[in-house]
Amino acid sequence: MLLGPSLFVSAVLFTLGVAGVLLRRNAIVIFMCVELMLNAVNLTFIALAQTLGVAGQIFVFFVMAVAAAEAAVGLAIILAIYRHRATLNLERINLLKG
Amino acid sequence: MPSSILAFVWLVPALPLAGFVLNGALALLRPASKRAVSVIGVGVLAAAFALAVAVVFELARLHPEAPLVFHYWPWLPVGPLRIDYALQLDPLSGVMLLVVTGISALIHLYSVGYMQDDPGYARYFAELNLFVFFMLTLVLGASFPVMFVGWEGVGLCSYLLIGFWFNEKINADAGFKAFIVNRIGDFGFLVAMLLIFRHTGSLDFTDVFARAPTAFTAGDRTITAITLLLFLGCTGKSAQIPLYTWLPDAMQGPTPVSALIHAATMVTAGVYLVARCAVLFALSPVASAVVAGVGALTALFAATIGLKQWDIKKVLAYSTISQLGYMFLGVGSGAYAAGIFHLTTHAFFKALLFLGAGSVIHAMHRAYHATHSHEDAQDMRNMGGLKAHLPWTCGLMWIATLAIAGVPPLSGFFSKDEILGAAFARGAAQPAWYVFWGLGLVAALCTAFYMTRLMLYTFHGPNRTGDAERAQLHEGPWVMTGPLLVLGVLTTLGGVVNLPPLLGGGERLEHWLEPVTEGAARLAPVLSPAPGIEGLLIGVAVAVALAGLVGAWRLLDLERLVPARLAPPERGLGRLLWKKYYIDELYAALIVRPVVWMSREVLWRLVDQRLVDEVGVNGAARVSRALGWVGSQLQTGELGFYVMLFVAGVVVVLGAAVR
Repeated sequence: MLLGPSLFVSAVLFTLGVAGVLLRRNAIVIFMCVELMLNAVNLTFIALAQTLGVAGQIFVFFVMAVAAAEAAVGLAIILAIYRHRATLNLERINLLKG
Repeated sequence: MPSSILAFVWLVPALPLAGFVLNGALALLRPASKRAVSVIGVGVLAAAFALAVAVVFELARLHPEAPLVFHYWPWLPVGPLRIDYALQLDPLSGVMLLVVTGISALIHLYSVGYMQDDPGYARYFAELNLFVFFMLTLVLGASFPVMFVGWEGVGLCSYLLIGFWFNEKINADAGFKAFIVNRIGDFGFLVAMLLIFRHTGSLDFTDVFARAPTAFTAGDRTITAITLLLFLGCTGKSAQIPLYTWLPDAMQGPTPVSALIHAATMVTAGVYLVARCAVLFALSPVASAVVAGVGALTALFAATIGLKQWDIKKVLAYSTISQLGYMFLGVGSGAYAAGIFHLTTHAFFKALLFLGAGSVIHAMHRAYHATHSHEDAQDMRNMGGLKAHLPWTCGLMWIATLAIAGVPPLSGFFSKDEILGAAFARGAAQPAWYVFWGLGLVAALCTAFYMTRLMLYTFHGPNRTGDAERAQLHEGPWVMTGPLLVLGVLTTLGGVVNLPPLLGGGERLEHWLEPVTEGAARLAPVLSPAPGIEGLLIGVAVAVALAGLVGAWRLLDLERLVPARLAPPERGLGRLLWKKYYIDELYAALIVRPVVWMSREVLWRLVDQRLVDEVGVNGAARVSRALGWVGSQLQTGELGFYVMLFVAGVVVVLGAAVR
């Protein structure tokens, strides 16, 4: 039931997320794009749970819980970086460069 | 025979080994305790000699047909090869046992006097004891590998003792030379050993000699190669052409060492090896001819060099090479008993000569030391007229001189005569042996001449030592003259062990050795000259010896000789002989320098520095640095770039998974 359109929407969302992560420079936007990919995956789980059993739906709860935790930690880190460097442009945050 | 004394045969080599361990410990811990070192060093040898006498008497009583082999422990059990650490007692090793322990005991005793003031006293006795251990391993070993251990061990001890006074470079170099030249010969021994194993499947003497007549066809290439390779080993150890050059240089060691190692025992190891492998050599007429020919040629060649040497020990060194040549002429002619007989008598008179020379050098050295002079204590031009100062040494050395010259009834006469007789008898079948006999005869003439020259220059005529030094010349302590006396008696009477039938003797040594030599005698019978010819040969030999003696007496002008520092340089033929035919220079130009050049320019500068260091070691470093640079270019530090690579990677993996 609507499996094809659901997976299509999911793929579009995921691709948007990946493109955002690759192309944008602002850490907050990248963070939101990551959330977008997670939700694209959630949509896939739900869609496939229709035919493959309830496990997919249960897994979505886990993803949501982890995403919530990740949002808390990630936003805290981003806030800390902003306080420290006064920018969120990732091209300027390159201390790890060898 | 567990109750028999024979069960203790292992003690004979074990005693000197214990002496080495104890003296070695003393040399490291308490080098000044000379009394303990002397007691241990001489004591173990005296005990070993006493035991050896008991063992050989027991062997003579039993008179077994087969050799007695004592297995102690498995040493190299590898696949089909089983080598035990085993000792073998038979008439041949019995004779060697007595010669080695007897002469060694005397020389150890002599060394107590000779080395008294040396700071390395304990080390000296430790090394000397170790030498005796290895020499006994060599003669008692029941298989080629065990013998090889002794063979290498005596080489090591020889190296250590030649370079005993290693503070002077010339001594250390002489040690190196001896070791390296010997290695060339050892290579031959090793290859021969492997070939023997390949063709007979064993390395034990009893098995090899029992299988040899069936495993090899007489005179074919294999057995000739084996025996010639063995003989290459002998030319190294026993100083024959072409590997003899190390022996004269070995005289840099202390004189008792020269007497023990480089005259009486170690250098006879090659003769012992040929006699031990008599069966193999009997199977190869070519190798036997080579052995006899090289022996005869060496005998003459070294004797001519001895005619013009001024260093008293150098004369004796060339004399040793020459006499070893006689022994090889004997064993190469199939007269193994005669070769061993000459080995024994030579051990007596050459040890006596060297120890006598040691007494002379000792006296000269002390005299020069007392007056702080730096003259050469070994140059005969600085001696002369020592008869008045060293009467015992002079008399005993004259006995040895007459013996080595072959004057009856001293021991050397019988042994040398027997060898020449055997060579002459072989000539009837193979005329080449007439040539060998002729060479031997001329060498005998030279021998008589240079030995008389040595005695005249050293002990007779006016004294050239120096006026201040003359008063200081005197005989050494009794521990030095005592062994000389014993050796003098042995030199005089040594011939009785093997009197020929012509002179009413029973050839006792020859019969004693029969169990060892009969295998070879079956393959190639020993020839002896017809009785009439034998008498004639004896007459010729004695005439030649007397001609040499009298010739030297008449030709040498003792009054005209001047001390070494005033002597004019040699000219003409004398210079050629004095320079030893320039053989050392020839070897240096043909072999030593090319090898050194090759090592330095090719192996070191090209292979080691260019290839290994540059291309190998530094090249590997450069390659990894380049790869590291390539890898480091990926580390941009930009997160976007990493994520891009990450996504690209995921796409590739997914693509691969889907397909």
